[in-house]
Amino acid sequence: MVKELKAEVKKLNFYYGGVQALKEINLPIERRKVSALIGPSGCGKTTFLRCFNRMHDLYPHNRYEGEITLYPDNINIISPEIDPIEIRMQISMVFQKPNPFPKSIYENVAYGLRVRGTSKRAVLDEKVEKSLRGAALWDEVKDRLHHLAFDLSGGQQQRLCIARALATDPRILLFDEPTSALDPTATSKIEELIIQLKDEVTIIIVTHNMQQAARVSDYTAFMYLGEIVEYDKTDRIFTAPSNKLTEEYITGRFG
Amino acid sequence: MATIFEKELTDLKGMVLKLGAMVEKAISDSIKSLVERDSKLAADVIDKDPQVNALDVEIDEECIRLIALRQPRAGDLRLITTAMKITTDLERIGDLAVDVSERALELNEEPQLKPYIDIPRMTEIAQGMVRDALDAFVKRDASLARDVLVRDDLVDNLNWQVFNELLFFMIQDPKTVSRAVKITYVSKYIERIADHATNIAEMVVYLVEGKIIRHMAVPDDRKKD
Ligand SMILES: Nc1ncnc2c1ncn2[C@@H]1O[C@H](COP(=O)(O)OP(=O)(O)OP(=O)(O)O)[C@@H](O)[C@H]1O
Ligand SMILES: [Mg+2]
Repeated sequence: MVKELKAEVKKLNFYYGGVQALKEINLPIERRKVSALIGPSGCGKTTFLRCFNRMHDLYPHNRYEGEITLYPDNINIISPEIDPIEIRMQISMVFQKPNPFPKSIYENVAYGLRVRGTSKRAVLDEKVEKSLRGAALWDEVKDRLHHLAFDLSGGQQQRLCIARALATDPRILLFDEPTSALDPTATSKIEELIIQLKDEVTIIIVTHNMQQAARVSDYTAFMYLGEIVEYDKTDRIFTAPSNKLTEEYITGRFG
Repeated sequence: MATIFEKELTDLKGMVLKLGAMVEKAISDSIKSLVERDSKLAADVIDKDPQVNALDVEIDEECIRLIALRQPRAGDLRLITTAMKITTDLERIGDLAVDVSERALELNEEPQLKPYIDIPRMTEIAQGMVRDALDAFVKRDASLARDVLVRDDLVDNLNWQVFNELLFFMIQDPKTVSRAVKITYVSKYIERIADHATNIAEMVVYLVEGKIIRHMAVPDDRKKD
């Protein structure tokens, strides 16, 4: 089977002011697969993930070099000509701590659509339901859509954030340690969901939980000191990695 | 400074080695009981087999426990899965030593058909293969493991030689058939022991290199019959 790429990172460098946080990163992102980023704290996973939806643009001294090409359009996500707001609709991020807006469940999901100018009730209703179903939350909230999002449990709030991200039909979903604040049951729900979602969307996930990377991802990249040390199929990385650093890291013998 | 898990892995290797030492002794004792017509020694090998089985089970349980609790990855995962498979082969080798001993008990009841020459030679090679395969396992030495693979042919050839020689006896004198057939069995058991040593060596290559070489086309010089 020919691999189909959703995106391709080419010679990406990233600087926080004068400090280089990412070095010469080259990485293919397979379409409708889950790619996991693993590596020790401070190696640049979050920094790398945030390049995909231009989160770094919020601070003036941050600087990108290189390319992240999005397919099939062939546009460079990090080029200054590309509108970061539009990119964030297409490439959404789910964070470590659930961060719903102080609004109703319904309005949380409808938010991105309203920003895009959709105001027809029927369209919003349909999209909200579809997104909540996609995030495996619909059955739990369908009778209280207009309650405040904060009334939900942590795991439900996280799935709400996923529904909010899904509402704008993203092309890539980014997850930054999405289950580190959740209990095992809520965690396995999110993991199941991630595996289901890849039928429709390309996923990149950062996780410190090695077993989680092994369970949900198809490809794994090991990062260290702002570089990609090894990238391969997940089963390969977890059974027989080629690089000694990768081996040491995933077997817990690092440093 | 070894972690608790590293110590557990070292202990696991120790258990596999202990099992290896037990079956190595079973092999040499079983053949000795045949060559020296020592039926007491043969009975001893048979009596000790439950100890081999018990250690086999103990190793399996330890591997399962480590997989469940430590969630081993990469080299650690390969070490534990390899230990499990090696143990199965070692336990089978133990069974074959029992088979040899049973045939020895039967053969020792009758006059000796002929002096045993090739069978002790085969046994020595097979036993060396088991020893080196285990040594390769402990040292993670893929080249020693590959050296074991090559030796399998020597044993196969000796097995053929023994068979042809005994065939000659049987054709000459039908009264020898019962004894000759039992000796061909013994030769076959030893040949099987070498096969198990080969399995172990293949697993060691996987352990070290992460490549499964079992069932791969073998170079001409080590094709099986
Ligand atoms: N806003 C910032 N300004 C300056 N340096 C930063 C900033 N954010 C992160 N860094 C630095 O960039 C490097 C990479 O940080 P990053 O947050 O990407 O790591 P990480 O791999 O996500 O770590 P963790 O696993 O702890 O979340 C670190 O050395 C960090 O201190
Ligand atoms: Mg981070």
